[in-house]
Amino acid sequence: MTQYEAVIGLEVHVELKTNTKIFCNCTTAFGGEPNHHTCPVCLGLPGTLPVLNKKVVEYAVRAGLALNCEIAGFSKFDRKNYYYPDLPKNYQVSQFDLPIARRGYVEIEVAGQTKRIGIHHIHMEEDAGKLVHQGNIMTTPYSLVDYNRGGMPLIEIVSEPDIRSPEEARAYVEKLRAIIQYTGVSDCRMEEGSLRCDVNISVRPKGQQEFGTKTEIKNLNSFRALQRAAAYEMERQIKVLESGGKIIQETRTWDEDKGITVSMRSKEEAHDYRYFPDPDLVPVVLDQQWIEFIKDSLPELPDQRRRRYVEQYGLPEYDAGILTLTKEMSDYFEETIGYYDKPKVISNWMMGEMSRLLNLSGTDITACKIKPRQLAELIKLIDQGTISGKIAKVVFEEMFASGKDPATIVQEKGLVQISDEGAIASVVEEVIAANPKSVEDYKAGKEKAIGFLVGQVMKATKGKANPDMVNKLLREKLQ
Amino acid sequence: MELYQLTAHRLHAMLVKKEVSAAEITKAVFQRIDQVEDKVKSYITLTREQAETQAAEVDKKLAAGEAIGPLEGIPLALKDNLCTEGILTTCASKMLENFVPPYTATAVQKLYDANLVLVGKTNMDEFAMGSSTETSNFHLTHNPWDIERVPGGSSGGSASAVAAGQAIVSLGTDTGGSIRQPAAYCGVVGMKPTYGAVSRYGAVPFASSLDQIGPITKDVTDMAYMLNAICGHDPLDSTSANLQHPDFTKYLVNDIKGLKIGVPKEYLAEGIDAQVKNCIKEAITKLTELGAHVEETSLPHTDYAMPTYYLLATAEASSNLARYDGVSYGFRAADAEDVVDMFKRSRSQGFGDEVKLRIMLGTYSLSAGYYDAYYLKALKVRTLIKQDFDQALEKFDLLLGPTSPSTAFKIGELIHDPIQMYLQDICTIPVNLAGLPAISLPCGLVNNLPVGLQLIGKAFDEGTLLRVAYTFEQNTEYHRLRPEL
Repeated sequence: MTQYEAVIGLEVHVELKTNTKIFCNCTTAFGGEPNHHTCPVCLGLPGTLPVLNKKVVEYAVRAGLALNCEIAGFSKFDRKNYYYPDLPKNYQVSQFDLPIARRGYVEIEVAGQTKRIGIHHIHMEEDAGKLVHQGNIMTTPYSLVDYNRGGMPLIEIVSEPDIRSPEEARAYVEKLRAIIQYTGVSDCRMEEGSLRCDVNISVRPKGQQEFGTKTEIKNLNSFRALQRAAAYEMERQIKVLESGGKIIQETRTWDEDKGITVSMRSKEEAHDYRYFPDPDLVPVVLDQQWIEFIKDSLPELPDQRRRRYVEQYGLPEYDAGILTLTKEMSDYFEETIGYYDKPKVISNWMMGEMSRLLNLSGTDITACKIKPRQLAELIKLIDQGTISGKIAKVVFEEMFASGKDPATIVQEKGLVQISDEGAIASVVEEVIAANPKSVEDYKAGKEKAIGFLVGQVMKATKGKANPDMVNKLLREKLQ
Repeated sequence: MELYQLTAHRLHAMLVKKEVSAAEITKAVFQRIDQVEDKVKSYITLTREQAETQAAEVDKKLAAGEAIGPLEGIPLALKDNLCTEGILTTCASKMLENFVPPYTATAVQKLYDANLVLVGKTNMDEFAMGSSTETSNFHLTHNPWDIERVPGGSSGGSASAVAAGQAIVSLGTDTGGSIRQPAAYCGVVGMKPTYGAVSRYGAVPFASSLDQIGPITKDVTDMAYMLNAICGHDPLDSTSANLQHPDFTKYLVNDIKGLKIGVPKEYLAEGIDAQVKNCIKEAITKLTELGAHVEETSLPHTDYAMPTYYLLATAEASSNLARYDGVSYGFRAADAEDVVDMFKRSRSQGFGDEVKLRIMLGTYSLSAGYYDAYYLKALKVRTLIKQDFDQALEKFDLLLGPTSPSTAFKIGELIHDPIQMYLQDICTIPVNLAGLPAISLPCGLVNNLPVGLQLIGKAFDEGTLLRVAYTFEQNTEYHRLRPEL
């Protein structure tokens, strides 16, 4: 059977975290009563004019530089004309042939391999509003329009078709999100729509040079949806080709519930956007010095930080990669280190227990009740021998739920470790007496048996016995 | 002369000397409206109550012994495409017949701040598309000099209102000659300032890269005061120029000795009415007598101005007018089946024929496959036209020609001949393409119909235009002529 590979290009929309909209002074705060974050300008009322928010340009440049792009000294805004009720002017102010940034790249790691994905360009544009329906769009008796989102500043990051698999697509967007978050120009919250992506995908037999016919999947709003949709679409296209069919160039949507992509419109119905330069806006002319200034003010980006974690903290590549995937995670890590210098131990806690509980509860690390100082204190308690590693997990869960200090929990629940040799020794003797079979096994050279005996001691002490001491005493007694 | 026939600067002098009150001036103008509006039909909306309140404020200041500015208490008419908060702004279209904006155009706000008295909103061609005010959805406006004839367009109502004494000054908008041509037809002074000199914020756009707001007045002195009031940078309009404008009254000097004036031969070529040509030649003779050096020159790309204009203006219009879809304001057609049907019906029923024609032209020229051949080509030709002016204005201080190839034509005469109608703007359109300032002032009568003399200047050099226009005016009597109604 023929081996296929995907050719994937992504268009990622990122909402910029400015205080005001791209062309007026309305707030960009999320939510709000419908149509309350609007003014005559973002409603496109007749005679009103857009005035470009300088901060949007600064943020777009910042993102462009972080993504290794060339920044255009001269760019302009164009109108993208199409009719839709959520688009107040029936054209979207965007950038067409002279975008703010071009020719960048990001590096991704998939299956231990580093790969460079090209960025074709980044352009600035305004967002549209949204339609609100009573139930289903097809059966609703009316549509309501909320223009609060209209005029929100966006950048669209358009990749080269360098991506070859759904896994790479996901890794690319994850990396993109991390970089953008680090620059501080967007919080990239997919659930609030501040990061959305469209996927262009085609398949071809491995080794073939030409691209196959592509389809576009619109508006994917989670990493999971992105990867699943791309994987589904890849399979679908392969099946069509294998059965001798032809791929139709079309726009499709992802049905999350059914796990399939569905046709929206074919190329024949595709829009002619009639782009032309927006005569209401003057070209954006940037001073090279200003661009340099922004470049110099860029913070440490994920790749740099990852390398530093390996070099400075001696973390394994894998840990460093996970910890730097989001800025919040990595900031948390560094703050914890500030309290207690045990990078690998902190990393273990964060990648283990913390990630598990965060995933389980569906919370973000920013909302985590355990503060870095508290995590550090917990680790200190283990180091000092106050609690065992096993008890620490219990304490950690309690901290996660209540946000209490670890010492308080240990106190309240009486979880202090037993490190009194005499007390442990008596339990050890009881356990030896009660488990002659295991004792025999150990003496016969079965090393595993000692584990069982340790477990029995821990059980008898409700996990509070100092495990090192238990081990030591057991071995002494069994000599 | 009656109060309504006087200029703003004359009325100001009377106000200051307490020879008249602002209330009396306003009353005189409204009486004049009551008397002639049936014949002229300059207005879509009258704002009598607001006018009386504003006039009373000015009188209060005068009574308190406070100094007043040069335009305080002066009755003002506004073209109905200039947004006025709380007052209907229709663009003479069914599409906006019920539209009351929640904001005021910057130029209008500046006139409010200068305490002018708003009389009303004037009739125009629908969305400023036309040269005769015949495409208005509401009614025709008649030329005060001959009510069988058009007042010109698209600011026809603003020009006829000033000419007929229904306002002392007014504002219009000029995309391809829409201030200058009606000013010429109605025998008043009209100016299109340099693109960017006056904020476009609040002017309902027809073609954004060409539109400019400008005043219509009875003489050049009033023009200088109006420019002083409305020019200047506006943070709400990024295309408005960020520079300091001079006091334009400084240019009201009766002296043009040594000025170099170029007459583009294309502006006196075939197609220009012989009698209009004569008036222009007399004006040239006059200016020469007054000490200017007048010479023939050439703007070789003039022939391309018309097609270039109609490609660019319609392209921009097709996009600017896309927002009228019945969704959130303006006219919405009844009985639509779905949202697309609602768009279609609202636009089919809401727009008049001329507007639809231009939207279709513009949509076509921006379409994929035609963009390069039409829109892009037109942009390039625009640059050539601009260069013509740049070269000519390197040699000359200003250029001179007729405002329109003929005097006001009869109502209905050209309405079914769009090409002939479009040719009425042949002398004004190149100026918009180049973004330059130009003024039209009366320079004669042909068969008792006014003829307009157009002066075209360098960018942001309105001052020189005022100086030449003022000198011409001081040495002729045309600006004193008033139509009999």
